[in-house]
Amino acid sequence: MSVNTEQVRHIAKLARIAMSDAQIEALVPELNNILGWIEQLSQVDTEGVEPLTAVIEQKLRLRDDVIDDGNVRDKVLANAPNAQHGFFAVPKVIE
Amino acid sequence: MSELTTKTIADLREGLAAGSFSAREVATAYNSAVEAGRPLNAYTVETPEIALAAADAADQARASSDRIGALAGIPLGIKDLFATEGVETTAGSTILKGFKPQYESTVSGKLKAAGAGMLGKLNMDEFAMGSSNETSAFGPVISPWRRNDGGNVALTSGGSSGGSATAVSAGLAAGVTGTDTGGSIRQPAAFTGICGIKPTYGRCSRWGVVAFASSLDQAGPMAKTVRDCAIMLEVMSGFDKKDSTSLDVPVPQWEAGLSSNLKGKRVGIPREYRIDGVPAEIDALWDKGVEWLRDAGAEPVEISLPHTAHALPTYYIIAPAEASSDLARYDGVRYGLREEGVKTLDDMYAATRAAGFGAEVKRRIMIGTYVLSAGFYDAYFTKAQKVRTLIKRDFTDAFEKCDFILTPTAPSAAFGLAEKMSDPLAMYLNDVFAVPASLAGLPAMSVPGGLDAQGLPLGLHLIGRELDEQGVLNAALAIEERAGFTHKAEKWW
Amino acid sequence: MTDYRIHGDTGEWEVVIGLEVHAQIVSNAKLFSGAATAFGAEPNTQVSLVDAAMPGMLPVPNAECIRQAVRTGMAVGAQINKWSRFDRKNYFYADLPQGYQISQLYHPIVGEGAIDVLVDEKDEGSVKRIGIERIHVEQDAGKLMHDQHPTMSYVDLNRSGVALMEIVSRPDMRSPAETGAYLRKLRAILRYVGSCDGNMEEGSMRADVNVSVRKPGGELGTRTETKNVNSVRFVMAVVEHEARRQVEMIESGGKVAQETRLFDPDKGVTRTLRSKEDAHDYRYFPDPDLLPVELDDAFLESCRASLPELPDAKRTRFESLGIGGYNASVLTAEVETARWFDQLLDAGARPPQAANWVASELFGALNRMGRSVEDSPVSPQSAAELLGLVADGTLSGSLAKQVFEIMLENGQSASAVVEERGLKQTSDTGAIDTIIDDILSANADKVSQYKAGKEALFGFFVGQTMKAMAGKANPGVVNERLKAKLN
Ligand SMILES: [Mg+2]
Ligand SMILES: [Zn+2]
Repeated sequence: MSVNTEQVRHIAKLARIAMSDAQIEALVPELNNILGWIEQLSQVDTEGVEPLTAVIEQKLRLRDDVIDDGNVRDKVLANAPNAQHGFFAVPKVIE
Repeated sequence: MSELTTKTIADLREGLAAGSFSAREVATAYNSAVEAGRPLNAYTVETPEIALAAADAADQARASSDRIGALAGIPLGIKDLFATEGVETTAGSTILKGFKPQYESTVSGKLKAAGAGMLGKLNMDEFAMGSSNETSAFGPVISPWRRNDGGNVALTSGGSSGGSATAVSAGLAAGVTGTDTGGSIRQPAAFTGICGIKPTYGRCSRWGVVAFASSLDQAGPMAKTVRDCAIMLEVMSGFDKKDSTSLDVPVPQWEAGLSSNLKGKRVGIPREYRIDGVPAEIDALWDKGVEWLRDAGAEPVEISLPHTAHALPTYYIIAPAEASSDLARYDGVRYGLREEGVKTLDDMYAATRAAGFGAEVKRRIMIGTYVLSAGFYDAYFTKAQKVRTLIKRDFTDAFEKCDFILTPTAPSAAFGLAEKMSDPLAMYLNDVFAVPASLAGLPAMSVPGGLDAQGLPLGLHLIGRELDEQGVLNAALAIEERAGFTHKAEKWW
Repeated sequence: MTDYRIHGDTGEWEVVIGLEVHAQIVSNAKLFSGAATAFGAEPNTQVSLVDAAMPGMLPVPNAECIRQAVRTGMAVGAQINKWSRFDRKNYFYADLPQGYQISQLYHPIVGEGAIDVLVDEKDEGSVKRIGIERIHVEQDAGKLMHDQHPTMSYVDLNRSGVALMEIVSRPDMRSPAETGAYLRKLRAILRYVGSCDGNMEEGSMRADVNVSVRKPGGELGTRTETKNVNSVRFVMAVVEHEARRQVEMIESGGKVAQETRLFDPDKGVTRTLRSKEDAHDYRYFPDPDLLPVELDDAFLESCRASLPELPDAKRTRFESLGIGGYNASVLTAEVETARWFDQLLDAGARPPQAANWVASELFGALNRMGRSVEDSPVSPQSAAELLGLVADGTLSGSLAKQVFEIMLENGQSASAVVEERGLKQTSDTGAIDTIIDDILSANADKVSQYKAGKEALFGFFVGQTMKAMAGKANPGVVNERLKAKLN
């Protein structure tokens, strides 16, 4: 499998990374080089093999339903590029 | 260079206990070394006052009580992937420039609670993506090592924990934290002639560690000696209920358990790790390693890890896929960089991420986004997770026949800056020996073995069973004792 | 049951409807953090560093949210998956701090189930089974405010990370009425179980409405999905509007676009939100921060044991007590009513009478006062006492109404009202006889007409007697004495 300019543009859009046409053009062969290399996995026989779900076998632990966090608005907003009236502010979204 | 900065953590501990010097003297010596070491670009932030405050607290504790933290008065460097409360944490990225966490990572918090002082934050490849530290937004770290050809070509200290490796090998920290996703502790340790261990996945909490690839990221110590690694790892490890993947098992007393007597142990030598194009010196060192272990009482056995050759491509599907999602939170809304002057939210995201991420991070996000996208998910991601199962199974089978595995750490010694940056695949190959253990979540360690013909350090790599950090440390200790690696980089900075 | 059809220019059209209902799980803390979930707090106060997706923060699942999802699955007779796991649904939006929603795509916690709904409450034959495809657990997003600033939207993460169940139906509904009945029944079940408060105004329950049209029995048409509709009435309006719009579109030579739409409650119409072309590619994959959710038999057993009697079982039980089907369904439709009624029965009220009284008297009074059964001024115990006084003949029906009115006003017990105001009905034949004699002699002409065959006049004599006794005479005794004297 390989990607073309259109696909790279689409991936960049999905990933929300602005790219010029020139950057996209440059990425096409780079990505294809890597994709061509990882392609070799298709030759591995994985018939009947389950995908790995946990690196180390262990059981999921669950938390008790108690409120022991939150109420830290100052910490939550401390690093915000734009905070107003206790909110994060972002460019207006039209719905 | 002050005498104090050449000491191991164990020696410092002893000297402090004996009153031979104070923690303040140690911290002061290291603070000066850090300042003098600026040409190496190992630190992104220096925090001499924090180191001094911890030292004073350690001196006071020693004077007034007998309850002394395991690392009281030991000055450490913290990789910039660990969130440190109130101290800028950037993961080596422009997108996090200026970010001051309101929280402390569990691992760095444990080190501080044990009395360690923080000298500063250590430079690294951006979001830990790289093997040469050249992807850092702060510029590359420079290795204190130079080739013995009389030239002064700047060499890499490896990556992504390159700042960590340089700091230890140049005497800019007594010990450091590193993180290892696909070799990022072990390869830089090998490049700089120091020790580094990646424990079993889940030993060290990931809480507060900036994520690169969640199923692979694991913190670990890097230090001058095997013993120092054991001392630090004991403090860094332990169950954390804030990390769902943290292992709820007791932390062994690794330091007390150190023993280089390997009688009755079998060391596995995987035949698939003999790879074309690897310098003969590296194979020769590997053979030497086998002899050292035999000398320590271990019996070498040939083993097979048949899916080794597929480990690297498997890693380069899974790690970028997870990274594309783990790094989605850097969107300019809640912290870090925001590009202004764009009208829509989507444009703000795209402009911020374009300006904030470097080329390698973008490349991996793109690959990761692609392999997860509609129509390709099964062919790439699911396939890779299946191969990962096979790789893990290889190790399970191998450990039927042996107790630990010996391989080279990296396929070459340190290379010059810019030598591999233009070829991502050549760069990825650095981790060919390190990645399989990462995919299987196993403990693995690099220990210095010797110098190559250029006078640069080479490492030997030990892989153990799940939770058998002790076995790995003991085998590394046996090598350390026999290799007699006492070489130090000549101070030129 | 009559088939719902859209009458178009080219003939009749059938409507196919499926719902994805997002129900907020009742829990103190969020799905993956310890922050509170209460409604209406100051912006960004119920937010942990995890909910704000600070670098290095990790999710730890809340046991109660898992438990409630399992109990809900059991309540709709669904298969519970002992092995499930969380996936990441990746997309960018300002209300989604992680850049992904933790949800369950590949292995949901609850599999197939079904709900039986009564499409027409008055018709017991109108039962229809609506399939449930799955229920999965996921995080809610934060909230965006668009009207606070001319060029900025404001983000509040209080809801971010609150636990939701997404309950996905099969496309088994065929009319607005069926859709409304399904949603009401589902809401009732959730409220019985206690896994969701069903408060649609506060957004704790909202539906994505999938609608398509086809010629009756034909191939499925292209569907649209109208997002986040937050009342039963609106959901029914969406179905109606979408069905008509789609029929008109097809009949005028157009094509229905597979797209996501929004409902405008003011105009009663839906409009395009995004088309398939710019649909998201969510890139789901298993969340590497979380291990699979594994449930053991003991846990499942404890979930099952904790389930209350559910609406259908309760209704059947009420019917077996002699309560009519309509009353039984009215009394079980809301968990509070059903609970109140059960307490009434526990206090000794006779089921059929009690059911009639609740359905007419109590509901009438509450309606008038604009109150819900939970804050009824008359308790079930007090009502049982009132009904007891009717049953033993102490109060007539009309006296009981008077007593009930006084109880509603001042909260007194029935017996206290009867005592204080002397509203006790009399069965004293002597007193009744005296009155009857007076009335018969004062109306001698009517007595002879009655005896001549005008039997309808009997009612007149009863009415006069009751009036003279101010409603306190036992109507049975009055009847019996009048008959004796006239015949
Ligand atoms: Mg939906
Ligand atoms: Zn959903």
